[in-house]
Amino acid sequence: MRHNLKQAAYDYGMIFVLLLLGIIFSFTTIKEQTPDDAAAGRKMGKTLKKEVVLIVTRDSEQHRTFAEALRASLSANGNEILNILQGEPRDVRKVLVAMENDPGAKRPTVIAGPHATMNWDLFNKGYFNSHFSSLDGVKFVKPATYTWPTFLTRQNLVNVATQIVVISIIAIGMTMVIITGGIDLSVGSLIALSASIAAAIIHNAAGNGPSTEVATTVVVGACAVGILASGCFGFFSGAVTACFKVPSFIVTLAVMMMVRGYAFKSVGGEAKGSLPDAFTTLGHGDWMGIPISVVLMAVLYYIAWFVMTQTIFGRNVYALGGNAEAARLSGVPTKRITITVFTICGLLAGLGGIVLASELASGDPKTGTFYELYVIAAVVVGGTSLMGGQGKILGTLIGAFIIGVIRNGMNLNGVDPFNQMIVFGWIILLAVLAEKGKELMVSGGRSPFAVLGGLFASRKRGEHMETGHGENE
Amino acid sequence: MSAPLLQMEGIEKSFPGVKALQAVDLSLHPGEVLALLGENGAGKSTLIKILSGAHKPNAGRILIDNQALQINSPVDSEAAGIAVIYQEFNLVPWLTVRDNLFLGRYGTLHLIKRREETRKAKKILERLGLDIPLETPCARLSVAEQQIVEIAKALLIDARILVMDEPSATLSGREVDKLLEIVKDLKEQGIGIIYISHRLEEIFRIADRVSVLRDGEHVGTRDIGALTKESMIELMVGRKLEKEFPSRDVEIGEVRLAADGLRKGNMVRDVSLQVRKGEVVGLTGLVGSRRTETARLLFGADRLDGGVITLDGKALTLRNPRDAIRAGICLLTEDRKAQGLVLCLSVRENFGHPNLDQFSRFSVINRARESKAFGNYVESIRIKISHHEQLAKNLSGGNQQKVVLAKWLQRNADVLIFDEPTRGIDVGAKFEIYQLINQLAMDGKAVLMISSELPEILGMCDRILVMHEGRIQGELSKDEASQENIMALAVGGQDAA
Repeated sequence: MRHNLKQAAYDYGMIFVLLLLGIIFSFTTIKEQTPDDAAAGRKMGKTLKKEVVLIVTRDSEQHRTFAEALRASLSANGNEILNILQGEPRDVRKVLVAMENDPGAKRPTVIAGPHATMNWDLFNKGYFNSHFSSLDGVKFVKPATYTWPTFLTRQNLVNVATQIVVISIIAIGMTMVIITGGIDLSVGSLIALSASIAAAIIHNAAGNGPSTEVATTVVVGACAVGILASGCFGFFSGAVTACFKVPSFIVTLAVMMMVRGYAFKSVGGEAKGSLPDAFTTLGHGDWMGIPISVVLMAVLYYIAWFVMTQTIFGRNVYALGGNAEAARLSGVPTKRITITVFTICGLLAGLGGIVLASELASGDPKTGTFYELYVIAAVVVGGTSLMGGQGKILGTLIGAFIIGVIRNGMNLNGVDPFNQMIVFGWIILLAVLAEKGKELMVSGGRSPFAVLGGLFASRKRGEHMETGHGENE
Repeated sequence: MSAPLLQMEGIEKSFPGVKALQAVDLSLHPGEVLALLGENGAGKSTLIKILSGAHKPNAGRILIDNQALQINSPVDSEAAGIAVIYQEFNLVPWLTVRDNLFLGRYGTLHLIKRREETRKAKKILERLGLDIPLETPCARLSVAEQQIVEIAKALLIDARILVMDEPSATLSGREVDKLLEIVKDLKEQGIGIIYISHRLEEIFRIADRVSVLRDGEHVGTRDIGALTKESMIELMVGRKLEKEFPSRDVEIGEVRLAADGLRKGNMVRDVSLQVRKGEVVGLTGLVGSRRTETARLLFGADRLDGGVITLDGKALTLRNPRDAIRAGICLLTEDRKAQGLVLCLSVRENFGHPNLDQFSRFSVINRARESKAFGNYVESIRIKISHHEQLAKNLSGGNQQKVVLAKWLQRNADVLIFDEPTRGIDVGAKFEIYQLINQLAMDGKAVLMISSELPEILGMCDRILVMHEGRIQGELSKDEASQENIMALAVGGQDAA
């Protein structure tokens, strides 16, 4: 049992880094929260009794739901709703002016609305009283504020998850490839390929009609074709790597270039937008409040974890990466495994492309540049060794979250994009060094300080350090 | 006797959970060969690593010329005149012999003084009797030649203490003779040598004294004259071994594995052999006689250029090892680290690899069943591990070999090919492996055993096939075989008998 705990801490040590980042960003983003959502509206409604209320909101989706919740809550608590105004300051001003000039009109005792509208200059006390004297004494009410880290708001956490979906889905395939000792540089291009192909098929099916009206079955078919096309290139990379024993780095570098070309050709060189709702649901819809894409990611990670830890295929992937010759001599079908992991990686890159296109509502052959690097970074930060043979699927998920959280935290703290790049570079480097330190600590059973020294000395001692104290077990 | 060159007193070393060394004393005189003996896991490697500065002892002291010395790093060790030659060489394969000799030893400004280097290198290689161009990349050298380059490296730093860890394990008979001559030479020049080997014959040929370790403790140091092979083994294992090779009583049946005219490039030229049910057939020859290549062909690890392999009368088409395993043939490879085990995975996983079909349903592995099956072998063949999830790389050589054995035993194959099954393994574990081979023969399996150790071949096999340059040079029955007539065939001569 103790061994299992130790092993888990070793395998998923990065989770502590993730927690630490979460804590840091929680502290740095503490500020007064001004909730403008339905829950805030409901709560606010309960604070008022027997008032005549004028509700003022902007004309937006969020504000409409706020207004609706507030209205329901106000009536339930015995308030009278004078009117619900939705618009810009000048629209509201017109109504107020009309009210001021019409002595017979019923006057509100309370003007209520979200922070966004109640902070308008229009509702500045001095200004308001001097212009609308008949409304003197009216109360302005906005939702109660509270102090809480912006990072830890529900909306923000959902944002973090949504932002890493594409990277983390592809990282599943990349983890498998890297565990076999390979690498796949073509995933960024494969994203563009599947997105472009799917968009092109939808536009073709629309013919001269509006592309937003294409039947759902066609949309689903188009996505499937896009994903399969990416899968085929994955298969191709795997087959060339396995059969000709060429380093996958070079093979996928070549495939990366050719696939980008095919992506541009499939859409005739430019992005295809205005895609039907059926297509954008994947990137925008939600299921019980959780974005569909995040649900998809969670399901895929569960499947991948199962496959990698509980099945023969998973075991063979580790064996192949750990020692290809020993694996082959133990009857592991090494070629088949190599081809399969690259195919899976291609398919998942294709799926990632569809998700991304769905979020952007556009099939753009330029998307996905540098994604291979983000994906590899997530895998490596998650503790998978580029040497092959070692790595954990759930570690990769943690790695993807670390990258997502860092990006989100920097955005919240107003770090500019150039500095973000610099920080990213350092984080990835430090993660890899931490990984190396962990290995030394385990093989030598030494203190962290000795390990730091060992990092520099390990080059010299080479062989003997690694074999450790083999005799003593 | 002269003053001791090296003294180690009360050396203790523990690793998390293990006491590797307890109060070990050792002394070495100039011009002496001290054999360090012990079973795998007895602590020999740890002791050496303390000398070389790779490990620091928890207690005890090291004296050189009666001066207490702290060895904190390999640099300290080198400065004290200690050189260690490990089993795995420290040569950079594609650098030349000269560059390897002077690696890390540059003059002022890190400029390479080629002419001076060449002169020094030539002198030293001459002294060791190695005649090769200095520009040869080390990867092109034979194992024996690489070893001499390693020894030359040690002499270049004017080492006075030379530690050799199993120097003969990968050498063939004649190469061993040459190595022992070099060792004797060095000894006459006043160098103190600590020599580790599992081959007791060698120890009798060169050692002056013998120190024995058992379970991390120093059980005694004796003059070589006071020891016999039996008493040496008794010291090592702490009990009496009845015989070096256990006997078996088996009815030999019909032919199980037959190969006819196997060919592969210009390596395996024409090999035909048969192994019967219940029979242990030895396959021997000098290094480079293509025994291993033959075994790989029989296992489907390499593709045949020609020839037929039949099992129980049925012709087999072996495209890869997977086919062979399915047909019921196993190969225990000679290099267990490079080919037998995935070192970064647990012993349980290594055990499982070829057997997953037995532990799974719809390709989902039942880990409990796998662990249970492995547990049976841990008991029956006494694999020393702390738990099933221990990584294969943290095991001693003998235990690694047992894990490989367990995985093939579980396969329950009809034909087992053992390539150097006891290389680098201590006497006690060797005996256990011999017993296992006997058990397999008694169960009606066919065993083909490849070995360079003639006593082992003579002691274990019913029939002996001798290879020379990719061909079977001759066949000897157990009764007619002797070291002499095997060697005669191995060097390409005809059967003297």
